[in-house]
Formats: sequence, structure tokens, C-alpha cells
Amino acid sequence: MSEEKPPPPPATPAPGGQEKPRETPRKLEAADASGHPWVESLRSGVPDSVVSAKEFARQVTVVVKREKIAEVARHLKEKEAFRYCVDVTAVDWKKREPRFDVVYHFYSFSKNDRIRVKCGVADGGEVPSIAPVFLAADWSERETFDMFGIRFTGHPDLRRILTWEGFHGYPLRKDFPVEGIDTGAAVYPEEWPEGLGPSPDDPNRKVVS
Amino acid sequence: MTEEKPLTLEERGKAEDAVRKGLEHPEVPTLFDVQEMELNFGPQHPSTHGVLRLVLKVDGEKILEAKPDVGYLHRGTEKLFETETYPMGIPHTDRMDYVAAATNNHAFCLTIEKLLGVEIPRRAQLIRVMLDELQRLASHLVWLGTSGIDLGAVTPFWYAFREREQILDFFEEYCGARLTLNCMRIGGLPFDLTPGWVERVAEFVDDLPARIDDYEQLLTDNRIWKKRTVGIGVISGEECIERGLTGPILRGSGIEWDLRRAQPYECYEELDFAIPTRVNGDTYDRYIVRVQEMRQSARILRQCVEKLQPGEIRGKVPRVIKPPAEEVYASIESPKGELGFYCVSNGTNRPYRMHCRPPSFINLQALPRLAKGHLISDLVALIGTIDIVLGEVDR
Repeated sequence: MSEEKPPPPPATPAPGGQEKPRETPRKLEAADASGHPWVESLRSGVPDSVVSAKEFARQVTVVVKREKIAEVARHLKEKEAFRYCVDVTAVDWKKREPRFDVVYHFYSFSKNDRIRVKCGVADGGEVPSIAPVFLAADWSERETFDMFGIRFTGHPDLRRILTWEGFHGYPLRKDFPVEGIDTGAAVYPEEWPEGLGPSPDDPNRKVVS
Repeated sequence: MTEEKPLTLEERGKAEDAVRKGLEHPEVPTLFDVQEMELNFGPQHPSTHGVLRLVLKVDGEKILEAKPDVGYLHRGTEKLFETETYPMGIPHTDRMDYVAAATNNHAFCLTIEKLLGVEIPRRAQLIRVMLDELQRLASHLVWLGTSGIDLGAVTPFWYAFREREQILDFFEEYCGARLTLNCMRIGGLPFDLTPGWVERVAEFVDDLPARIDDYEQLLTDNRIWKKRTVGIGVISGEECIERGLTGPILRGSGIEWDLRRAQPYECYEELDFAIPTRVNGDTYDRYIVRVQEMRQSARILRQCVEKLQPGEIRGKVPRVIKPPAEEVYASIESPKGELGFYCVSNGTNRPYRMHCRPPSFINLQALPRLAKGHLISDLVALIGTIDIVLGEVDR
């Protein structure tokens, strides 16, 4: 249907149309949100928990201490009505100390708003699980463990979920190769029990590149 | 092995009675042990809609425990997002929920637009809403057809896929693809509509309520359908929230929550539509909610057709997209529930971290709870009612 060409859009919007004059995109900037009522509530409800708080694009992010995260989650759920745990994930900052950020999103039906809570955790460190507080966090925490190797203490069933049992490595870490690793070890654990696969000079070693 | 002597008729009767009553009968040898059995359900089972494996612990037909085992379709989509520039991530989203690619594109673009602070032209907003709603219809039609087939209702499948075919034709006409659409861009849309597209959609939409009546005539008051779905997998609204369930499951349990209304994106706030809810929270109610949602989608499409005016389809987006080094979360109401993306930018042209909050993954979490105590044949109904797409569960 090459002869059918879409008509060029008219240069000016049709009169009576609801086209609003568009504003030029303004640069969004993060603002300090330590005075936000939720942050204040957290400060008084869970003492010594809040590290910092900021607001960007009308989204509040609170950084809290790692060991307080379960209490913070409970406080948000019970006192601030954030009853729905949307998501748990992590970010690998590679060279930063602590290396990972565990990121939680909560939603409140009564406030119709979200809050993002973060806590830093070092490589090999452990984070208190919020799965006993929010059932919804169960699989998300398992996924975070599977992808980043962050352990959640108190989680009822912390196993790998997307990769398989015996998989070696944590795929979403920045140092994990995008093209993948040789997974022979996981397929034949009886032959290579270390989970490392055949040694580099083994003729069975398959190089994935 | 001890030698077994043949049982007399009387002993046999006693043993059978004992088993039937579930009594311990030490003197009489039982004919068969009633015991728990582990059963693999999937990954190559037609009713699992993909590659879902369930490890069932069953007592006869009754499910004592169901453990989902996912990840067979894991492709590392989130890793791939990190390796490519922002616009290059859009085609990857098509392959997550592959029966609803437009909504995935939409959620992805919306996140980055939020990060950039870009306004979308009105025409682009309306076309996006139209694509979303067509996709919702297509997704619900796939659900209707396949979950009907799972429960033995073969006829609705043919009707549902007939209409879905028309929707896929609309997509094909718009962007060339039928399944993996890649039909949105950061800041707007790739193409304007082809001539006559809107009229054809309007014609289809006007026809749709009568066709939905047809499906309902086959199922809604069908005695077999009701026997298979009423009272199966009951979950309360409170528990839905506790377990993070969203979409038709939440609305089927009496909670009127839809992101299109709660946190409107694009131009949903000026469109008139109802949020169908039911109170019982069983498989039948979720069926009703989805069918009613299809009617509402038709309503929304009709309004969009009337509101559509000529205009631009792309906002002011820089050629190279380099958002500020910030983080943002945006979500939309996909056919399955809340589909969100969490993007962390470090100021370069690639996302530092792009995380997807897939509704199917979170909703599937509730399957062990829903399946407990039901029969294996009901499990098939429950997998259908959660409406999972394994591409999205595993990513």
C-alpha cells in the first residue's frame, strides 16, 4: 500500500482542539526531604534509623540503616498505612562502600502515594528480611538474593528463584559477564562439585563469549 | 519381603472399609497405602501457559502443597537493559509480557519520560491509550480463550481468537508487527496513524459489546463453567494487598483499585470508565471482572476515537537521551496488574540499573496459597485465573 501515505500533520493545531501549549521541559532536580512528614514519623517511630531523605519527581526516597530495615517496614505498614509492598530490588554500585543498595517500594492506598526506602549493604553482608512483615516481599527478596547474592536474614525460604540450584555467580552484579558463564558445573554437579566447572585446561570446558 | 498370604473376602472388605474411613486398622493389612505423593506438574504441560513447573504434594487428587519453580525462560532482560542505550531497551520489553507488548513499551517509556521530565503531546497520549486498551483487549481475549480451553470450554477460544486477530491486524497496520510491537518511543510514538485506522478501530469497538455478549452467553451462566470456577481459589481483598496482588485479582476481591484511576497517567483522568469489581474473590468473579474490563476498554477506545485531533506525536526529547543521575519508579495498569519500572541513571546514555516489577511474577506467588486443598483439575483453573505470562515471570 505504498500509495497510501499518512497526511502530514497540520502545522497549527486545529481550532477548538484541546491542544495545550507545551511548556519547555524543565530540568528536574532532587530536593532534600528530611522535613517530610513520613521521614519525621520514621525518625520518631524508629529512632536512629534515617540516614538521609530526598525527593525527586515527587517521589520520596529515604535511606535508612541496614539493621533497622525490618522495623522501618513494620512502622511504615502499621503507622503510616503503607500496606502494599510493591517491590524489592537492589543496585550494585561496584566500587562504592557499601557496595549494594537494597531498594524497597511501598504503596499506601489511603495516601495514594509511594515511598522508596533504601539501605546500603556490603558484599557478603546480610539484610533483615521484610518477608515476615510483607508476604509480598518473599519472592522479590529471593530474586534479589539470586541476582545479587545479598542474603536476607529471617527469610522463610531463601533459595535461588530465576536461576537454578547450583548456579554459580550472581548475574546482575556489574562484574558478571553479559555473555554469561560456563554453566557445565551446574548441569553436572557430580563431576564438578565445586560449582566452578571444568578447569581452564580441561578439554570439556566450553568457552562462552 | 515377607510372604503375603491371599486375603479372604471378609478381610478384603474390612481393609477396604478401613481405607475408606481413613482409620488405622493394625490387624488388617491395608490394600493400598494412602500417602503423600510428589508430582511434577509441567514444565511441559499445556495448561501451564508456558514453562511453569509446579512440584505438587498430593494426597490422591487433593493438593497439600504446590511449589512453583520458575526461571525456565530467564533471559537476563534487566542485564541487557544496562548494556544498551535507553531507546534500545524498548524492544526487550516486548519480550517480557509477550501477549501485551504495548503496555510494556508504555511502562518503560513512561519511566524514562518521568526521569527526563518530558511532556507528551496530546495526540500521542491518546494514541498510546488506544494502543494500551487494544492490547488489554487482546490480552484478556487470549486469557479468555486459553483458560476456557483449560477447563474444557473449547468454543469461546475460537471466538476470542477471531477478535484478537482483528486487534493484531490493527497493530500490524500501525507498526508492522503483530506480537512484539515496539510501538512506542521515549517522548511519544514512532509513527502517526495510517489513514482509516481510527475508523476501522471505531467500527470494531462498536461491534465489540455484542461479541462480548456472545462469549458471556457461552460461559457466564453455563452450569459446567460455574461448577469449575465458583468458590475456587477464594482470596480476600486484605490478603490480596498483603500478598501484593494487583489487577483483576485484586478487583475480583472487592478492592476498587486501578492505577488508571488511582494515579492517572497520559490522559486517563479525562476518560470516563468504570472499574469493575466483585466481592467473592473466586475464579468466577475474576472471570466476570475481566469480561467487564473488556467492555470498559471498548468504552475508552470509543472516547479516544472521538477525542483524537491532528497534532504532533513526539515530545521535545533530545537526540541522545542522557537523563540526570537520579532514580525513578513509574508504573501503569497492565492487563495483569501493576507493571512498574525502576530506573537508576548515572547521567550517561545507558541506564545504570533498570528493574521491572512484573505483575505476573508477584501474582504467581499466591498460587501455593490459592491451590492448597483444591484438586489437581482446579489447579489448572487457578493457573488460568492468575493470568501469568512466563516471559514476564522469568524475564
